[in-house]
Amino acid sequence: MDNSLFGYKARNTWINHATGTAKLVGFLALTTIGMISYDTRFLIALTILSFVLIKMAHIKYQEYALLLKLVLFIGLINLVMITVLAPQYGEQLYGTKHVMFGSGWFTITQEQLFYEFNLLLKYLFSFPLSIVLLFTTNPSEFAAGLNKIGVPYKVAYAVAITLRYIPDVQSDYRTISLAQQARGYEISKKSSLIQRMKGTVQIILPLVFSSLGRIDTISQAMELRRFGRYNKRSWYQEQRFSMRDVAMILWSTLIVVIGVLLFITNGGRMWNPFK
Amino acid sequence: MVEPFIDFQHVTFKYHAQSEPTLHDVSFQIYPGEKVLIAGASGSGKTTLLRLLNGLIPQAYQGDITGELTINGKKILNQSLFDLSLQAGTVLQDSDAQFVGMTVAEDIAFSLENDNQPIKIVREKVAKWANRFGLGKRLTLAPQSLSGGQKQRTAMAGVLVDEGDLLLFDEPLASLDPAAGAAAMALIDELQQERNMTVVVIEHRIEDVLRAHVDRVIVMAHGRIVANDTPTAIIQAGVLSANGLDEPLYIQLLRRAGVPVNKIPHVADVEKVDVSNFRDQIETLAEPVQTVTHDDKQLLVQNLTFAYDQQEPLFENLSTSIHEGEILGIVGKNGSGKTTLSHLLTGFLTPSGGDIQLDGRSLLSDSIKERADHIGYVLQNPNHMITKATVFDEVASGLRLRNIDEEQVTERVREMLQLVDLDGMRNWPISALSFGQKKRLTIAAVLVLKPEILILDEPTAGQDATHTSQLLSFLQNINITNHTTIIIITHDMHLLANFVQRALVVVDGQILADTTPAELLANEALVDAASLRTTSIYRLAQRLSIVHPEELNAAIRK
Repeated sequence: MDNSLFGYKARNTWINHATGTAKLVGFLALTTIGMISYDTRFLIALTILSFVLIKMAHIKYQEYALLLKLVLFIGLINLVMITVLAPQYGEQLYGTKHVMFGSGWFTITQEQLFYEFNLLLKYLFSFPLSIVLLFTTNPSEFAAGLNKIGVPYKVAYAVAITLRYIPDVQSDYRTISLAQQARGYEISKKSSLIQRMKGTVQIILPLVFSSLGRIDTISQAMELRRFGRYNKRSWYQEQRFSMRDVAMILWSTLIVVIGVLLFITNGGRMWNPFK
Repeated sequence: MVEPFIDFQHVTFKYHAQSEPTLHDVSFQIYPGEKVLIAGASGSGKTTLLRLLNGLIPQAYQGDITGELTINGKKILNQSLFDLSLQAGTVLQDSDAQFVGMTVAEDIAFSLENDNQPIKIVREKVAKWANRFGLGKRLTLAPQSLSGGQKQRTAMAGVLVDEGDLLLFDEPLASLDPAAGAAAMALIDELQQERNMTVVVIEHRIEDVLRAHVDRVIVMAHGRIVANDTPTAIIQAGVLSANGLDEPLYIQLLRRAGVPVNKIPHVADVEKVDVSNFRDQIETLAEPVQTVTHDDKQLLVQNLTFAYDQQEPLFENLSTSIHEGEILGIVGKNGSGKTTLSHLLTGFLTPSGGDIQLDGRSLLSDSIKERADHIGYVLQNPNHMITKATVFDEVASGLRLRNIDEEQVTERVREMLQLVDLDGMRNWPISALSFGQKKRLTIAAVLVLKPEILILDEPTAGQDATHTSQLLSFLQNINITNHTTIIIITHDMHLLANFVQRALVVVDGQILADTTPAELLANEALVDAASLRTTSIYRLAQRLSIVHPEELNAAIRK
């Protein structure tokens, strides 16, 4: 009914059908190798791959637009801070100095910009991957996946419940916001930014209370049905590994191996075009 | 001699957070295979009693317990919550909030998963119980997307997979419309006979519970048991109304007719009670159905069209008018567009066609805030409306936002708080209020802005008879003194029968009928379409062959 809600939806794609465990293992493998590696060619390839995946998962841009903007915003602030606080770091890393402009302590070098470009790529590839994981994995399957790779099931279930409640909390937020507007808080685009911010703060309190109420009820309901009785539990949503899942893990492993091979040929984590 | 299944001996309980005990010296027994209704007004201690039975006390709520409590011969306090849950399954009040699983299947499977049972067995049991409850085709749906009745059946299946001997229901009818409520009670009855289970139902909608079969009624008030007997003895003794509970409508009628209710056998069963000797007395009570007419058209809805999904429009060319000063009820089964209609009136949603006019002026270009000056809207869930920390500030906030000077704010807020009987609590933190008090608070916060029209979504949900009648007399009061038009979205039969002047039946986006409540509640076709039930008065009139049951419905209006 409403496409703007954030979170898991049943979509008929192969990524959706893959098991939570396989997706989780793939996600962890790719993000880990991508975070370690500073080989720009490898990162560009990973970025392209993750955007292809988000496309294949039939996730529409509107669904993650807000989050993407937020991540880019934080990422850019991070890059600016690095430029301001450690402008010589690129030079140290690559061992050469190609000055573009500036002088003295605040000198911008090609090495510095290249280093920061690598950081940007890390944001760009990991974001779509997380979105693919979150949007295509049924929360309880996700929990089963976490549990399978060794996370205690209570923690895994807490994650699943949190994911499941995101749409509920969003719809609560909308209802409360409308109710507050009816009381006289103008939060529509008609009013000033300050007023809108004040209005938004008014929504937080009832939202927190209604969410606390939910948590209280759900934890009682869970205890009454013996959640936490044993150290292990079974999962209704548990799925058998199919060829697809095995293939997915193999492909991820292959990518990790390529990443590691690149470390060897580059003689370290960096790929240095300046030498 | 049969051993009692549940045995409470002189149980007194005090929550750690409170200074006074909530239960005082409570003693009762429930025998295997019995179906017992525990009834009481809010604050009577019935929820606490339930928590003692299912083990939430002392594990989730701490307190001091004295006395002896046993279940199946074993002391309750020596058993863990998990042990108890295998014997006593609890269906919580708000089925929406108790769903743990993403899908119906997972929710039914939840306790089996926690017992770490093999997946094959879990799947078999889920399939078995889902089929028993007619949910076999809905296993992969989200529980939240089901109808109220299906939700409840899912919750019941999730508890019955344990195959325990005792089922506890906490207000099973609270979120169901009357038709679904009747179906739920019938199902509980069936299960109990099929499996010879012991069933304990906590409810204050006595009429609906008594229309299904109940062996015994325990009436609670102020933490004590004030009556514990068969339904007939309870009705004969007249203890319900004395303890803040509504008597069934036909009993109210019999009392008005001067029938000696205390001497009539089977009086608790409208299908069995024999009052044919008093037929004439009852018939003379008949009052012509009053059509309270208000002529000034205030709110006009013209050719309103709206769709959530372009493929399936909900409203197509809906037209009606609402008159100044009337008390209008909007009824219809869940999901048929009642709340959507009120959201269109208040501007929460925008129609794709048609017009809404207030006193001849179109409202469509007004913002939510601008409309709120004329049309006040009280949402069903008070927690969605409350933003301030104290009672006074909550009511004052709307006025302060409209830049009214503080002296006048104080005056208007105090006056309003007195009306809703919260003035003594004006400096209280809102978190200390009960659900019913919060509900009255939100009504006050909307009414203080003096809207010409007040829309209330399920105002009586979660309120017992005493608070309902307080609320109604207060609404009646502002309706008469301020000429405030009142629109109520409800499926509360008592509210419809006793309070509403005109009823709009909305089904699948159509206005199926525009009639008086008395006539509506005596029209079987309409009642079915709106997922209501005919009143017990109607049933009694049928059995006595009284021709105009609607005139008897009209007789019990205050």
